[in-house]
Amino acid sequence: MSLEIALFYLAALVSLSATVLTVTRTNASHALIYLIISLLAVALIFFLLGAPFAAALEIVIYAGAIMVLFLFVVMMLNLGRGSVEQERRWLTPKMWIGPGILAAVLLVELLYLIVGTEVMTPGIGVSPKEVGIKLFGPYLLAVELASILLLAALVGAFHLGRRYMRARREEIE
Amino acid sequence: MTAVSVPIEHVLVLAAALFTIGLVGVLVRRNVIFLLMSLEIMMNACGLAFIAAGARWAEADGQIMYMLILALAAAEVAVGLGLVLQLQRRFNNLDIDAASELAG
Repeated sequence: MSLEIALFYLAALVSLSATVLTVTRTNASHALIYLIISLLAVALIFFLLGAPFAAALEIVIYAGAIMVLFLFVVMMLNLGRGSVEQERRWLTPKMWIGPGILAAVLLVELLYLIVGTEVMTPGIGVSPKEVGIKLFGPYLLAVELASILLLAALVGAFHLGRRYMRARREEIE
Repeated sequence: MTAVSVPIEHVLVLAAALFTIGLVGVLVRRNVIFLLMSLEIMMNACGLAFIAAGARWAEADGQIMYMLILALAAAEVAVGLGLVLQLQRRFNNLDIDAASELAG
C-alpha cells in the first residue's frame, strides 16, 4: 500500500514541475509540451485514486483534443515568420530533453503499475458503470445543459473563426 | 471495495498548488495563449479536487463533476482560441494589453 503512495508523490512531483515549467516558458510550443506532460501526470493520479474512467477522459479529451487545438492555433500563427529556421531550432536536443525525462518517469510508473501484480487495480473506487448510471439518471439535466453549452461554444467559435479565415484568404489573394 | 490509501489532504494540497500556479500564470503572463493555458491548469486542478473527493467517499458524483468541467474547458478553449485569432488579426500581436481599449 505504501508503494501506491510513493507513486502518487512521484506523479505529483512530475505534475508540479511540468506545470511550473509551462508557466515560465517563453515559447508557446514548449509550454504546450510541458502542459501535456502535466496532464498525463494528473491522469496517472486519477488512476491511482481509483477513477480509471476519468483518467482515460483526461488523456483522450484534455491531453488529446484540447491540447491539439492549442497546437493548431500556435502553429497557424507561426506560419509567417521564417518557420524553417524555427523547425531547425526545435530539433536540437535541448528542446525535448526536459519533457522527455518527465514523460519517461511517467512511463516507468505506468509500466510498474501494469507489470506489478499486487497493484493491478489500485483502490477500485468508482467503476465507469456507476458513473454512467448516475450521469444519465439524476444528472440528466446537467448533461443536457452541457450539450447546450457546447453548442453555444461551437456557434461562437465558428463565428469568430470564419471572419479570420475570410480575411486570411483575401490577404493571400 | 478497497479504501483509497492516498491521503486526501495531500491530493487537495496538490490541487491547490496547481491552481495557484495557474493563477500566478494568469496574473503574470501577458500573452493570450499563455493566459488560456493557465486557465486550463486551474480548471484541471479543480477537476483533481473533485476526483479526490469522489474517491474519498466512493461516490460517482466527483467524476460527473469532472466531466462537466471537461465540457466547460472544451467550450472555453474553442471560444478563447477564436478570440486569439481575432486578436492576431486586429492588433498583429498576442499581447492582452493591446486589447485594453475598453478601459478608456
